[in-house]
Amino acid sequence: MKKKNNLKEPFVRIVKRDNIKVKNIILIYSIAVIGGLLLSGFISMLFSDKGLFDFFQSLFEGAFGSDRKFWLLLQDTTLLLGASMALLPAFKMKFWNLGGNGQILVGCLSAIACMFYLGGKVDDGIIILIMFFASVFAGALWAFIPAFFKAKFNTNESLFTLMMNYIAQGLVSLFITIWVKSGSGVLAPIQYGNIPDIGNKYLLPIIMFSLITIVMHIYLRSSKHGYEISVVGESINTAKYVGIKVDKVIIRTMILSGAIAGLVGFVLAGSINHTINTSSANNMGFTGIMATWLANFNPLIIIITSFFITFISKGMTQVRKTFMFTNDSISNIVVGVVYFAVIICSFFINYRLVFRKKEKEEIKK
Amino acid sequence: MDKTVILQLKNITKKFGAKIIANNNVSLDVYKGEILSILGENGCGKTTLMNMVAGIYYPDSGKILINGEEVIIRSPRDAFEHKIGMIHQHFKLIDIFSAAQNVALGVEGEKFNLKEVNNRIKEMANKYGFNINLDKKIYEMSVSEKQTVEILKVLYRGADILILDEPTAVLTPQEIRSLFKILRAMRDDGKSIIIITHKLNEVMEISDRVTVLRKGDNIATVNTAETSEKELTEMMVGEKIDLNINRTEPVDRKLRLSVSGLTIKNSDAYKVLDNVSFDVYGGEILGIAGIAGSGQKELLEAIAGLNNYESGELIYYHPKKDKPVSFFHKTYRRVMELNGENAFKDKKGNDIDLRGMTKKDVKEIVNNEMVIFKEDEVIDLKDKSPREIRELGIRLSFVPEDRLGMGLVGNMDIIDNIMLRSYRKGKSVFLDRKRPADLADRIINELKVNTPDSHTAVRKLSGGNVQKVLVGREIAASPAILMTAYPVRGLDINSSYTIYNLLNEQKQRGVAVVFVGEDLDVLMALSDRIMVLSDGKVTGIVDARTTTKDEIGLLMVKSDKNEVKE
Repeated sequence: MKKKNNLKEPFVRIVKRDNIKVKNIILIYSIAVIGGLLLSGFISMLFSDKGLFDFFQSLFEGAFGSDRKFWLLLQDTTLLLGASMALLPAFKMKFWNLGGNGQILVGCLSAIACMFYLGGKVDDGIIILIMFFASVFAGALWAFIPAFFKAKFNTNESLFTLMMNYIAQGLVSLFITIWVKSGSGVLAPIQYGNIPDIGNKYLLPIIMFSLITIVMHIYLRSSKHGYEISVVGESINTAKYVGIKVDKVIIRTMILSGAIAGLVGFVLAGSINHTINTSSANNMGFTGIMATWLANFNPLIIIITSFFITFISKGMTQVRKTFMFTNDSISNIVVGVVYFAVIICSFFINYRLVFRKKEKEEIKK
Repeated sequence: MDKTVILQLKNITKKFGAKIIANNNVSLDVYKGEILSILGENGCGKTTLMNMVAGIYYPDSGKILINGEEVIIRSPRDAFEHKIGMIHQHFKLIDIFSAAQNVALGVEGEKFNLKEVNNRIKEMANKYGFNINLDKKIYEMSVSEKQTVEILKVLYRGADILILDEPTAVLTPQEIRSLFKILRAMRDDGKSIIIITHKLNEVMEISDRVTVLRKGDNIATVNTAETSEKELTEMMVGEKIDLNINRTEPVDRKLRLSVSGLTIKNSDAYKVLDNVSFDVYGGEILGIAGIAGSGQKELLEAIAGLNNYESGELIYYHPKKDKPVSFFHKTYRRVMELNGENAFKDKKGNDIDLRGMTKKDVKEIVNNEMVIFKEDEVIDLKDKSPREIRELGIRLSFVPEDRLGMGLVGNMDIIDNIMLRSYRKGKSVFLDRKRPADLADRIINELKVNTPDSHTAVRKLSGGNVQKVLVGREIAASPAILMTAYPVRGLDINSSYTIYNLLNEQKQRGVAVVFVGEDLDVLMALSDRIMVLSDGKVTGIVDARTTTKDEIGLLMVKSDKNEVKE
């Protein structure tokens, strides 16, 4: 009996939440965003003599400061939205497509190649039409290759798609070397095959990818294909059991995924940059992953997450200028802090913490 | 029986999360030299309670006393110090070690001397009547031998209190009998034995006293001699319940499926099914018995088109006699294929030959339902995928063993799960969720599925309700053959009887029901015929009304290699 009960209840226990109200989810995310931004502000203050007010002022100025900035914010948001829509069907199928960058890049490359070789020889309208199909086809092909090997030989799709990124980059370097005779490695903007502006020069991607988002939402939710994607993603055994041809669904979905990525490349090349370099995809293949995951694979919420991510990156560029950071490491850290806050808050949506009751209460009993 | 209390549980409570109360204020005494059964349905907290005694879990509140002294049991090692040993449902043995090595493993404070270990084990084995080859490696052993090693392991550590978690679940009737003999010998030697079980007949046979748990509460502890199966069931379920399975005589028996010479090899080129032949008839229930892993799963999956097979034939007899050619056979190609065997007559009964007619004429005749099948259509299922089977209009329903991993999608709601079978219908690229939603509501109502609504994800439902959704969906397809693998595993008694009744109902409607089961009592009460599989071979097909448990038990272990021993 001398042996005292020395096994105490743990100090804090993690308990799973059963149901959480939408109101609370929004509240938790808001706290995370605001908390993350405040923390970022404080970190920035450490390295500069500017204050918290300046931080928030520059943040919003960077994103909304002028008409041009605002349009750019919208344009980049929708581009990221497009990249996310490319990744979404694959992710719904639990096919971890890390090759968004490569798929966008080959889309760009195909479009630029059309502009380069056909420019001046054929009508611009025809060039644009050919560019469109070439980009979509190239993106689809870049996604089809890993999908085929996944379906037939069960290769690891993450590694495969990732490696395809480097091949795409290599191809871009190769073509730039061929095209740029001067050896500067910079391809001057090509004047042919530029997609004409509709309204203003930012509207095309905005309209195009907003539409794609809506279509994707309907496709995943209400079409038979979308349903098959979900079943394959949840359980391959169930899919086989009900007679879904798993190989076919994987390949079909990845072709769709790549085609949309190719389309993003088409817009980047034809409407925005008119040139190409190895980082033309602007890393959207990876930022898109974050937008998609943060939104829990819901296309409508991806609109919000894409906007948020673009807003932070635009805003931080301005903060960098105001705070006179000479390189971008500090602003990268700060952006990381905000993302981190948002990502860990999802923990509190699934779980809550229960602390041990006060020692005294136990003794009283 | 002397009345010394050896183990006492006082007001034990254990919660998992906020809502799940596994044990609520349970108190219990165990005497020296008795066999105590802990009886209760799945999920009532039997195993949790004993895991706290064995040091796997730690109670939220309450005390454990051994010989009147309060003890703290934080790990299985503590439990052994207090001479408590537990034999878990899933054995914890090292496959490549011999029996003796496994027994001696992890015993501290003595030099490892295999010879001495052997002697000591033999001594114990003789004392209680174990029959075991100590040099045999675990991977060569049958389930019952492995269990023996587990018991020896616990005894070797000097346990006086032995806890066995569902020890009979995987044994044949003969093996159960010899296990019980050993348990009695140990009891007579003064050891206390606790058996966790949900099988009533075993409780009655082996135990001195029974403790009944229901939803975490200790309902009662009674002397076995003073109670009955009926009383115990009522305590377990909490209400009066009719435990009879109403088996009707098969009516209108018709051959539906004929399996012959089916052989399947697994990836190691081992024959998991070896030359299996049998027939399945509409209007009867064919039970399939056998030790777990004797090829039951592969057999059903092969019939469902999920498994490629080495050799053999699967012939399905499509119920068609005297029915007009329609619905599934509307494509011209298919109709002409069928016509090749002169399978049609007209409404007056005259033979009809469509060959030589134009496509348009044939389509018109078929659409007007003027062509009628003479016989059931014979379809070869060889190398047909599940989709092809479905597209041929074969109504083959299958309730697989792995409900959430194969039959259903856990993260989808009930409606989306209901339409897994039917979503492809129609030409639209969009889903029709209206009809599945109606069907879901009907299944929820008729089978009394306990769910907030039809939009609830299936994984949030309890085991019984998950199974009701699955079985409900498969039956809603109005099958000609209904295959079920362990359909009541993990279900409470009420849900189990709902399932039995559903199967019987299907049988009366002329459906050919295949029931793979593990509980021989149920198999014998429900089936019309029982086929026994042993190591991938059919060792017998018996009449369920006249057979005995012993007969089935012998067939379950019969094989070419080892002689059957009684």
